[in-house]
Amino acid sequence: MVQDKRSAIVEVRGVAKHYGEGEARVDALRSLDLTVHAGEVVALLGPSGSGKTTLLNIIGCIIDPSKGQVSLDGEMVYDNAWLRGDLRRLRLDKIGFIFQAHNLLPFLNAADNVALVLQLAGQSAAVAQARAQELLDYLEVGNRARAMPALLSGGEAQRVAIARALANSPRIILADEPTAALDSKRAGIVMDLLRKLAAEQDACIIAVTHDEKILDRFDHLFHLRDGRLEDKKEDAT
Amino acid sequence: MNLAFRDVRHNLFRFLLTCLGLGLLMTVVLAMMGIYNGLVADALNIVKAPQADLWVVEADTQGPFAEASKIPNDTREAVARLHGVVETGSITYQTVEAPFEGATLRLYVIGYERGRLGGPHTITEGRGLQASHFELVADAKSGLFLGDTLVLGRNRFTVVGLVRDTMNSGGDPAIFITLADAQVLQTQLAPSAARVQAARGASAGAAGGATIAAVIARLDPSVDVQNVAHTVRQWKHLAALTQNEQEDILIQSVVDKARKQIGLFLGILLTVSAVVIALIIYTMTMEKLKQIATLKLIGAPDSVIIGLIVQQSVALGAVGLILGLGLILAVKDYFPRRVLLEPVNALALTGIILVVCVLASGLGVRAALKVDPATALGG
Ligand SMILES: Nc1ncnc2c1ncn2[C@@H]1O[C@H](COP(=O)(O)OP(=O)(O)OP(=O)(O)O)[C@@H](O)[C@H]1O
Ligand SMILES: [Mg+2]
Repeated sequence: MVQDKRSAIVEVRGVAKHYGEGEARVDALRSLDLTVHAGEVVALLGPSGSGKTTLLNIIGCIIDPSKGQVSLDGEMVYDNAWLRGDLRRLRLDKIGFIFQAHNLLPFLNAADNVALVLQLAGQSAAVAQARAQELLDYLEVGNRARAMPALLSGGEAQRVAIARALANSPRIILADEPTAALDSKRAGIVMDLLRKLAAEQDACIIAVTHDEKILDRFDHLFHLRDGRLEDKKEDAT
Repeated sequence: MNLAFRDVRHNLFRFLLTCLGLGLLMTVVLAMMGIYNGLVADALNIVKAPQADLWVVEADTQGPFAEASKIPNDTREAVARLHGVVETGSITYQTVEAPFEGATLRLYVIGYERGRLGGPHTITEGRGLQASHFELVADAKSGLFLGDTLVLGRNRFTVVGLVRDTMNSGGDPAIFITLADAQVLQTQLAPSAARVQAARGASAGAAGGATIAAVIARLDPSVDVQNVAHTVRQWKHLAALTQNEQEDILIQSVVDKARKQIGLFLGILLTVSAVVIALIIYTMTMEKLKQIATLKLIGAPDSVIIGLIVQQSVALGAVGLILGLGLILAVKDYFPRRVLLEPVNALALTGIILVVCVLASGLGVRAALKVDPATALGG
């Protein structure tokens, strides 16, 4: 393995995942290795059913691998069994999710959706609100802070969701098709934003995407096929 | 921030509509409780009204409410002479139907001697009986007003006073007339065969004269009621019941069936309410599963999710209960019979609803905690 000056935040070693047993068995991932470093923005590519979402969910501690090892931010979290019981806390502190469907809570306005994550992490309401406004301003949706999610445009909602993913300054940001709902101009803006965040917060970003237009915004492209990484680990130019 | 409150506020109209539905259900439950209480209270009222300590009735009967009782007219004087008896009164009870303004009134006629025990307790309007004939005091529920006249038997009576909450256990409103009038009414309304016999001179009662249903007596507080009752029981043809015994008899024999009936119905109603509440809360949770998965994904602890469900279900129960209480208090006076709500009923229902809500949310909580956070990703 190439020695990297920057620290590895996500390390996946020999991870396999299958759903079901016997006849119904589906091998979503077969012995996969992946390393992502701080400050990196990487893309997971591959045809439908190749295991992209499965891999993202394993890194996000949402589903457990069938075998293998996963360590996050220098801490081994999975070695043929979960090594940490409080995966919830891990998700809250270290991981930010940006969903394909933005998944904002419909009964909270934009600012409260962001502030909720901060309050769950123990911030006071006032601090959480101030930081939420700051994040929304930063993502250029500050003027929509009091709007309910149903009234936001797709792009606005996605940026609020990104603000929420960033609220606790997570070191790992996982995004499943973050730009699927956006036009190419907006998609470019969101990607630039994610790059800036990765650099500023020393975080890594792993995004699943089908979007050809934004591939030049990634540091590395990982191609998945039938649950394996294809050899070419191409560097984006 | 309180998620339960925010979610309710977001879907306020729907929440209130659900509360209203639940509130109507609570109204029915409370009405049932009130009707039951009213039934017992009304039945007891007529026994309590004379404020007696002792009831002297026909031997081998549990009169005069649970069974018919007929004793001679002069029994009162005998009872009055007993040691410790302070006050007495002769009393008759009969149910009559009287035509009034084109309809037929069913009335419970109480005959008593003016100035003696057994008269109306608190006159709410007008005055008590003053003339020795053809005046009556009526329960307001009878629909009679002061000054109305009413034909009973062959005589016309004038309403001079009104009382409240005085009726027999069947709900027939009571009217008070003088004992003399009541006894005349008795013979006038007696089956014709008996009247023929009476006309021939055959004795209608044991003593040959008119009869009364019971003698009531008030005793000196220093005297043991049981002693006096014992003395009376040694007399031929007479039995004695203390006030407590009389009340027990009434509840057991007269009200008991109705009580069981209503009690059972109340049980069914409460079960239905519980099932409805459980269903509402379960559906409410199921609709939110995706949001709950999102909450889990962003790292919300289980307590936040449980809080969301339990708080909402308790709020639902509480608002429903308050609506129900408000509604029943607003309409209870329009019921044909008394709906009597005690604070303890509201408290009991509050307790039951609280338990039901918490149990019902247990079902929702179980579903919510089982949700896989991955379902929020939807990819
Ligand atoms: N919960 C599950 N139970 C059974 N099979 C599953 C489950 N989730 C995924 N699979 C299967 O695992 C394989 C990989 O799925 P995955 O969702 O990771 O693909 P993907 O690369 O994200 O596809 P897409 O681009 O369509 O989102 C697929 O064959 C899928 O049918
Ligand atoms: Mg997918």
